[in-house]
Amino acid sequence: MSYHRLEIKDLTVSYRRVPAVHHVNLELRCGSCVGLLGPNGAGKTSLFKALVGLVPLETGSMNFHGDSQSLIKSAIAYLPQRTTVDWDFPITVRRMVEMGRYQALGWWRSFRQEDRRAVDRALEAMELAEFGERQISALSGGQQQRAFLARALAQEAHVFLLDEPFSGLDKPAQDLLSGAIRRLAGAGNLLVVSHHDLRTVRDLFDQVIFLNGELVAFGDTNLVFTAENIRKTFQTHIFSGSAHEPDLVV
Amino acid sequence: MSLTWLFEPFRHEFMQRALFGCALIGFTNGALSAFIVIRRLALMADAMAHSLLPGVAVALILFGLVPGTLFIGALVAALLVAFGTQIISNSSRIKEDTALGLLFACSFSLGLVLISFSRVSVNVSDYLFGNILGLGDADLWVIYFISLIVLPLLVALERPLLLTVFESSVAASQGVPVNTLKYLLMGTLVLSMISSLQAVGVILALGMLIAPAATIYLLSDSFTSMFWLGGTLGCVGSCTGLLVSFWLNLPSGPCIVLVLGVIFLLAYLFSPKYGVATRLLRPRHLHEASLARWKLNEREQTSANDNEPQR
Repeated sequence: MSYHRLEIKDLTVSYRRVPAVHHVNLELRCGSCVGLLGPNGAGKTSLFKALVGLVPLETGSMNFHGDSQSLIKSAIAYLPQRTTVDWDFPITVRRMVEMGRYQALGWWRSFRQEDRRAVDRALEAMELAEFGERQISALSGGQQQRAFLARALAQEAHVFLLDEPFSGLDKPAQDLLSGAIRRLAGAGNLLVVSHHDLRTVRDLFDQVIFLNGELVAFGDTNLVFTAENIRKTFQTHIFSGSAHEPDLVV
Repeated sequence: MSLTWLFEPFRHEFMQRALFGCALIGFTNGALSAFIVIRRLALMADAMAHSLLPGVAVALILFGLVPGTLFIGALVAALLVAFGTQIISNSSRIKEDTALGLLFACSFSLGLVLISFSRVSVNVSDYLFGNILGLGDADLWVIYFISLIVLPLLVALERPLLLTVFESSVAASQGVPVNTLKYLLMGTLVLSMISSLQAVGVILALGMLIAPAATIYLLSDSFTSMFWLGGTLGCVGSCTGLLVSFWLNLPSGPCIVLVLGVIFLLAYLFSPKYGVATRLLRPRHLHEASLARWKLNEREQTSANDNEPQR
């Protein structure tokens, strides 16, 4: 397997000139499953949005094995929090996964045999083959999350950014989802998962990023996931620039 | 018994024109209604209807009663309100519905003030309720061209529009020009509103812009069918309404909307999957699937492996 990586250099994101993420440097290896940890307001979602070009970069750059952001749109898939989707939307699971192919097909070209196969594979990989004809709200929370993953798979994405996928899932659903995420990482993809349940971090992630406006720590879970870093990230002020009153987060 | 009354409407030229106009407006508005329902733009459409008034008023003051200028006046007014809403909601903390409510109330008031300056006496009820039996050639051409713009545009942009209305942040992350498409959707809404102005009036146009897709939404889990069946339903329903109004000698606009409303009511009550009455008629809890599973479990005395709930 080639040694792919996503490099983020000096990345700063601001909203109306108030920075949300400050000068972050990261080098993420493909084939790993990375947890993104931090309190509310730490900039986890902002970081994701910057990586897929939804918010402009104030400073910095990123590249994915040599290509800059504009070239890698189809390689990066952003999976938003489940609550942002209208689950009553009149669409079946299969049709939603098919949306992942739109980018490759453009606006008019019709589905080819290989597109249909890509959709089949994605559904099977996420163990959703039997649910293809269901309306999307007739899935459980964990299945909905896996349907998002299937859509990203159909897109043939290489980097998956998952925003709080485990929130609201019970234990069996969590296990199924983490199994799916592990398999994707095992197949050489890079998964970055924002997460807030510290008890499950060791089971889920190879590496962790501690984010608190600034990058607090990054590295292999068994080295970096320490009480000291957790305290630094979660029990201090979120750094939001000197001009603003810091919020106390406990 | 003679059935000549049945074919009577097709013999009159004014009815042929009206039916043609109805079919076109019905289909265009019905297809567009899929987007209105899904994007929750019903209020937006209503507001748009009211905001056409100042444009019509200005056109009346400047040029008198000329159809072409009324059309352009309405277009400008509606576009100003539509884009003004987007600009205010994108650039401040004011949300879309608030911005819209504010702008359309102001716009409608401005229209009423301006109309009092007009030398031409204006029949506001024609504006509100339309007069499909009085469709002239110019009106038919306007309707025809608007359909010719709106429908192909929606069909051609189906995929990016679908991505946008489903989850706009994911769409944007894939490089879909989300904002442009939202403005475009607004633009088509304004155009269809205007094409309905002469025929059924702005208030009733709202019915044609919501009822068809709302009905199909209760019957189907496919956006594509909402679009095409919505158009078909709008077309057939509007023509039926018009014929009913002729046979029973009732006002045409309200008949059209009432027919669409009755069809909606039937779907609301008796849709196989989402109908309210259907749900009540179904045996409670023990519908087939769960009953079968329950029996299976009882027989095998083991718990089901699939922990995930089914609906």
